[in-house]
Amino acid sequence: MNSQAPQFSQQMAPTAGQPYTRNEQACHDLSIRVRDLNLWYGKNQALKNLNIDLFQKNVTALIGPSGCGKSTFLRCLNRMNDLIPSVHTEGLVEMDGRDVNAAKMDEVALRRRVGMVFQKPNPFPKSIYENVAYAPRMHDLVSRKVEQDELVEKALRDAGLWQEVKDKLQEPGTSLSGGQQQRLCIARAIAVQPDVILMDEPTSALDPISTATIEDLMDKLKEQFTIITVTHNMQQAARVADYTAFFHLGEIIEYNDTKVMFSTPAKKKTEDYISGRYG
Amino acid sequence: MSQTFDDISHQLKRRHRKSARLKWMSMGALGLAGLFLLWFFSDMLNKGLPAFQQAYVQAEMHYSEEASKDGRKAIDKALVPVVSRTEVRGIPLMLRNNPDMIGDRETRWLLANSQVDQYLKDHRHKLSGNEVATVDNLVESGQVALKFNRAFFTQGDSKIAESAGILSAVVGTVMTMIVTLAIAFPIGVMTAIYLEEFAPDNRFTQAIEININNLAAIPSILFGLLGLAIFINFFGVPRSSPLAGGMTLALMTLPVIIISTRTALRSVPDSIRHAAFGVGCSRWQVVRDHVLPLAMPGIMTGSIIGLAQAMGETAPLIIVGMVAFIPDVGASFTNAATVLPAQIFTWASEPDQAFVEKTAGGILVLLSILIFLNASAVVLRKKFERRW
Repeated sequence: MNSQAPQFSQQMAPTAGQPYTRNEQACHDLSIRVRDLNLWYGKNQALKNLNIDLFQKNVTALIGPSGCGKSTFLRCLNRMNDLIPSVHTEGLVEMDGRDVNAAKMDEVALRRRVGMVFQKPNPFPKSIYENVAYAPRMHDLVSRKVEQDELVEKALRDAGLWQEVKDKLQEPGTSLSGGQQQRLCIARAIAVQPDVILMDEPTSALDPISTATIEDLMDKLKEQFTIITVTHNMQQAARVADYTAFFHLGEIIEYNDTKVMFSTPAKKKTEDYISGRYG
Repeated sequence: MSQTFDDISHQLKRRHRKSARLKWMSMGALGLAGLFLLWFFSDMLNKGLPAFQQAYVQAEMHYSEEASKDGRKAIDKALVPVVSRTEVRGIPLMLRNNPDMIGDRETRWLLANSQVDQYLKDHRHKLSGNEVATVDNLVESGQVALKFNRAFFTQGDSKIAESAGILSAVVGTVMTMIVTLAIAFPIGVMTAIYLEEFAPDNRFTQAIEININNLAAIPSILFGLLGLAIFINFFGVPRSSPLAGGMTLALMTLPVIIISTRTALRSVPDSIRHAAFGVGCSRWQVVRDHVLPLAMPGIMTGSIIGLAQAMGETAPLIIVGMVAFIPDVGASFTNAATVLPAQIFTWASEPDQAFVEKTAGGILVLLSILIFLNASAVVLRKKFERRW
């Protein structure tokens, strides 16, 4: 991947003298570059001229009030919006030097490199083992049973679930608790060794303890993966994210280092949202 | 000033009365429906159960030289009017095939004449006074008795009531259903998968959807005409064959299977599809590995119910000639055959009194098969129903 200094468009540029305090090195590795991204649901424009650079091996949180387009934007990154017939997208989403929206880009290949975790835990109605093993087998990442077993164990360990499920791998994934199911979904996503993991409000259906577990997990996973998460919960963004983008009515109002954004927001709207005046 | 509880209760009384009245009327309707069902079943059982028993005569067989020409010579002369014609008619042929049996003697239970059978069952009969006396004597000595009617299940149709059986119709039904299922199931399921999982939602697919729903409501006899015109006249499929009947019924079953499959596919939550797409499944992998397994119980249930519906269908089969008289139990997809409901139809139009119970017996067999099929559909659904 090109090593490239973060390029913010003028309106989003951080004020001079505010260094990127954390992950000094990592922040320079670009993962996904988005330029002039517009998206319509039928005639309704849901995303307006988005420009953003997402960095490797970091957690980027997308925050904003309901209906601001943050989930829609997230789904642009692995073309899940293709499943909605009325959606029309324009603009550049570039990953690894390739435009993901190009006709040549195979969305299956894209989703192999950009995994996703959904709002509601949605394990396959199969065994815990099969939930994790299915995708690697499908993508021919494993050829022998032993390799497959190893991969399943590694993915479950990385998702912090191994200790809890190692004795019941053949039980249905749906028999787990909500938090465990969500970690199973994370294990399923990381089992295909993607570059990026998209998380669409991964903790909104979970209790506080499970949420804390998942947040810790995100902190660990960012050593290996680029994590982009949508959250409704500003405290969560402040806790887990290195960078935060604030969305409002389909536009990115502000994008900055999380600490900077939460301490000294550049825009009035951001400040109002962060301080809970609307949202 | 707000209303007191008493005021409100007073106003409510009328409303409560109305709902009580509605409840009683609904329960009455249910009761009436139940009563009709009970009546129908008890009538069928009453008329049909005797068909499973048949009068048999114990006879001393003497396979003499004469018997190989005239089967009646093999049995006691007094028994001749009592024994079924089909039994004595078969003797010469049997002896011709096994010549070393000539001269043998044995005691056998032979099918009795249908009139004897009807007399024993206290139905109307045409026995003369003498014959009645003979039968009475034989009953006394235990030489005539009602036994389980094996012929009914092991033989094909016959013009002679006592040896008419349903086997040829059952075999015909099974073969017709094999053809129906082999055609309707894959085409129906694939159509539904395409419409539900692949097709864009536009005018064209909406028109197809509406027409499929309409197809399910078309009178079945029209499918018979279509089958006659296309399969038999145009493609030259043999008339009266399970192939022609099965293809015709497949047309009729298709919309049922398509609709139930679509419903089953639609009931699979989108979160499963998203999960599968999210790990990089192609559309077909999503359907094959995730959606279909979850939809399978629903698809099976719908198909079984569609099949049961096709099994009870007579009208289209009359048009393609499946009401033929089929005495032989054949097992070929291209030879003439008949099916259970058509067999029942044929028997119902026989003038002989003894066929009345055959008709009811046939209905009982058909009903039990249908109840079995529907029950298995319910069991399948319950067993494989998954929660997610």
